[in-house]
Amino acid sequence: MQQDMRILLEDVSYTYEEAAAPALSHVSASVRPGEFVAVLGHNGSGKSTMAKLLNALYIPTEGNVIVCGYDTRKEELVWEIRRRAGMIFQNPDNQIVATVVKEDVAFGLENLGVPTDEMLPRVESALAAVRMSQYADSAPHMLSGGQKQRIAVAGILAMEPSIIIADEATAMLDPSGQREVLETLHALNRQKGITVVWITHFMEEAATADRVLVVSDGEMVLTGTPREVFDQVDRLRELHLDVPPMTALAADLRAAGLPVQPGILTVEDMAKEVDRLLCPSKSAT
Amino acid sequence: MSIEIRHLTHRYSEGSVFSTVALDDVSLTIQDGEFIGIIGHTGSGKSTLVQHLNGLLKPSSGQILIDGQDLHGEHVNTRALRQRIGLVFQYPEYQLFEETVAKDIAFGPRNQGLSKAEIDGRVRYAMDCVHLDYDRFAEKSPFELSGGQMRRVAIAGVLAMRPSVLILDEPTAGLDPRGRDRILTMLEELHQKEHTTILMVSHSMDDMARLATRLIVMASGKVAMTGTPREVFAQQEKMLSLGLDVPAAAQLCRALREKGYDLPADLYRPEELREHILRLRQSGSEGRDPVAE
Amino acid sequence: MLNDITMGQYYPVDSPVHRLDPRIKLVDTLLFIVAVFLAQSFVGYLLLFGFLYGVTRLARVPFRMLLKGLKPLRIILILTFLLNLFFTPGEKTLVAFWGIRITLEALRQAAFYSLRLAFLVAGTSLLTLTTSPVALSDGIELLLSPLKKIHFPVHELAMMMTIALRFIPTLLEETDKIMKAQMARGADFESGNLIARAKAMVPLLVPLFVSAFRKAGDLAMAMESRCYHGGEGRTRMRVLKLTRNDGLALGAMLLLIALVVLEGVLL
Repeated sequence: MQQDMRILLEDVSYTYEEAAAPALSHVSASVRPGEFVAVLGHNGSGKSTMAKLLNALYIPTEGNVIVCGYDTRKEELVWEIRRRAGMIFQNPDNQIVATVVKEDVAFGLENLGVPTDEMLPRVESALAAVRMSQYADSAPHMLSGGQKQRIAVAGILAMEPSIIIADEATAMLDPSGQREVLETLHALNRQKGITVVWITHFMEEAATADRVLVVSDGEMVLTGTPREVFDQVDRLRELHLDVPPMTALAADLRAAGLPVQPGILTVEDMAKEVDRLLCPSKSAT
Repeated sequence: MSIEIRHLTHRYSEGSVFSTVALDDVSLTIQDGEFIGIIGHTGSGKSTLVQHLNGLLKPSSGQILIDGQDLHGEHVNTRALRQRIGLVFQYPEYQLFEETVAKDIAFGPRNQGLSKAEIDGRVRYAMDCVHLDYDRFAEKSPFELSGGQMRRVAIAGVLAMRPSVLILDEPTAGLDPRGRDRILTMLEELHQKEHTTILMVSHSMDDMARLATRLIVMASGKVAMTGTPREVFAQQEKMLSLGLDVPAAAQLCRALREKGYDLPADLYRPEELREHILRLRQSGSEGRDPVAE
Repeated sequence: MLNDITMGQYYPVDSPVHRLDPRIKLVDTLLFIVAVFLAQSFVGYLLLFGFLYGVTRLARVPFRMLLKGLKPLRIILILTFLLNLFFTPGEKTLVAFWGIRITLEALRQAAFYSLRLAFLVAGTSLLTLTTSPVALSDGIELLLSPLKKIHFPVHELAMMMTIALRFIPTLLEETDKIMKAQMARGADFESGNLIARAKAMVPLLVPLFVSAFRKAGDLAMAMESRCYHGGEGRTRMRVLKLTRNDGLALGAMLLLIALVVLEGVLL
C-alpha cells in the first residue's frame, strides 16, 4: 500500500551543516496521488526544509524520502525525481531564468532534452493551463507577482509532473495574486489530478486543502482535515498559529456555554450554525 | 503634526507616451494622533501617495502641507520637514547594511547630525520600541537575525529619527503570524504610549480592524472611501465592488442580517458578534422565529 | 525609463534587417570592420558611407540614431583628430603658429583616422540597434559553438548573458527602492565631494550586493529543481534557420569588400 503513495517520508530528520539542532526531526508522513496537502507552520519551523527534501535538493540526514517510488538518496535518480516533482519558490523574481515568458516555460524542457518540435506545443498548453497564453512573448519583469508565479507553475507543468510543491509561493504576493496562484493550483489538482504539496503560513490557504500537516520546531504536531486541525483552537494558539476567525468565534461561543458544533471553518458554516442554535424550527425544515 | 494634501496629482513618466496617472486630484487631511489604515489594490496609488508625504516624490500638481508649511514651497527646509515624517518601505530589511544592529539604527540619527551621546540614546530608545533587547542585539550583525527581527531593526532605524508621523508600507508582508503580531503590537504601543501619528498601508482587513482609527480606501488613484473602520466595513457592497474584502466578522454580520436576525449593520469585531449572538440566544430562547413570514 | 536601459540601444521596429539571422549580422559586422580597415582612400569611405546609409534606411532606423551612438566617443574622436593633426609629419604647410606646423598630409590623416573610428562605431551600433540582446546572445553562442571542441565554456557564457539580461531590470528596480529607503533615513547621494559621495554609496551598494547574492542562490536552486545540469544533452526551443535574405546580406557585404579592394587597386 505504501507503494501507492506519491510521497513517503519515513522517520526523516535533517540537520543543516554547522547547525546544532535538526531543522526537521523524525517526521513520518505520506501523500496519496491526487491529494492537495497543506503544510502549515512558522518561518523556521522546518516546513521549507521539508519542501527541499521532496525535490532531492536536500538529502535527509536520517530516514528516507520516497518520491513517486524513487528514493532521493540514489543520486542517479535525481533527475527522474525532479521532473516528476516540480517546485515553485517564494520569490517570484528569483526563479525566472529567461527574458521572454515562453522561453522560460521551455527552460525545463530544454534541460530534459525534449526534441525541438515537441517543445512549443507543450509550452503553449502549459501557458493555457495557467491562463497566461496572451503573455507568451512578454518580458517577465513587466508582469505582476501573481502572473510571475503562474509562469513558474507553467514551467513545471510543461515537464508533465505528478507532483507540484509550492514553497510559500504566495508569501510575497498581494491578496489578488495569492488567490490567482492558489486557485491555479487547485484547478490543476482537480482537472489533471496533479498532487499538490502547499507549504504556507497562511491559515486561510491551508483551510482549502484536503489535509493539513502542522509542523513546529521541526516536528509534525498535528495532522488531519482542515476542520479537524483548526478545531484544536487552544493547541494552535499555543503554537502561535492563526485560527480561522469563524473557528475562533465558534470556540468563544462554546466557552460562553453555547453548544456550537465542531468543524466550523467559513462564514457560511457559522451562519448555518447560528441558525441551528437560534431557530431549531427553521433548520429542521 | 497635521498633514494636509490638496489636489495632489501625480503622473509617472511625465511627458512621454507611457505617462500614467498614479494619483488623481487627491485631497486629504491627517490629524495629529490618528492611526490611519490605507487600503487598496496594487496599482491603486497608495504607495505613490505615501512616498509623496515625505517628499521622495514630487507632485505633478497640488500641494502637501505639513503643519501648514508647503513641503515643496520656496523658503521651506524640505529636508528638515521630511525628517519629521518617517517612512518604512515594503520589506525594509533589504535596506540594512551596517556591521552591527546598533550602527544600522544609528544611520538616520547620524545623518541628522546628532551628538554621539544623543545617537546612542536614540538607538536604545528605538530598540526598546521594537522590543529588541539592547544588550543582546546591539552588537550583532543584522544579517544573522531572523526575517522578523531584521524587519524590526529596519523599523527601529526609522524610529530612531524620532518622527512625529510614521508611515509604513505593508509592514507585515511576508511575515508569519508570530512575526506579524509582534509588529502590530509594537505599532499599537507606539500609537497609544508615544502618541505617534501612524499611517499604515496594508492588505489585511483584520489588521486594520484591530488598529486603525480611520480608513482610507484608494482605487484608481482616487480616494474611494474614507471613515472609521465601522463606517467603511458596513458598506460591504461598495468594498466588494472595489474588489476588496471586509473582515470575516462583518461578513457574518451581513449573512445573519440577510437571514433576518436583528443585528446592527455595522458590526465588524468578532467580540461584538459573540455578544450579539449570545443576546439573541437569550431573547430567542422561547423559539421565536426571527423571520416574520 | 528602466525599460530603455534594459533594451540597450535596440530600436524595436520590424524590418528586413531586424529579421536577419543574428549570426549573419555578427559575421557581417566583422566583415564590415575588415572593409573599414581595407579602405585606403576617401573614395573607399564614400562607398562605406553609402552602404551604411543604405542599410540604415532599409532597417527603418533614423540615421541620427547612428550619430547618437558616436556621442559617448566624441572626446576620443576629437583627440584622435587633434593628435594626428599636430603630430603627423608632412611637406605642404597649411598654417603654422606657436611653433606648431599643420600640414596637408596631417589634415588628411587626421580626417582619415577619426572617420575610420566613426565607421567602426557606427557599424557596430547598427548591429545593436537592429538586434535584440537576446538574439545577440543566441547568435554569439551559436557562432562560438565550434569552440566547444576545445572545451571553451560556450553554453555557460551564453547562459550567463541571458541571466544578466533577465536580472538587469530587476536589479535596477531594487536599486531605486533601496536608494529611496536610505533617502528616507536622511542619506544624501547628491552633494559633497567625490570621497563623500563614494562613501554615501555604501548604504546603497551593501544591500544591493546582499540582494544580488540572495538572488543568485535562489536562482541556482530554482534552476537545479528544473533539472538544469549544464549544456550537456540540452535542446533548444528556438532554432535559428537561415533564409534567402541572410544569403543576400552576406553577399552584399562580400560585394562591398570587393569594391573597396578594387577601388584601392584601381586608384
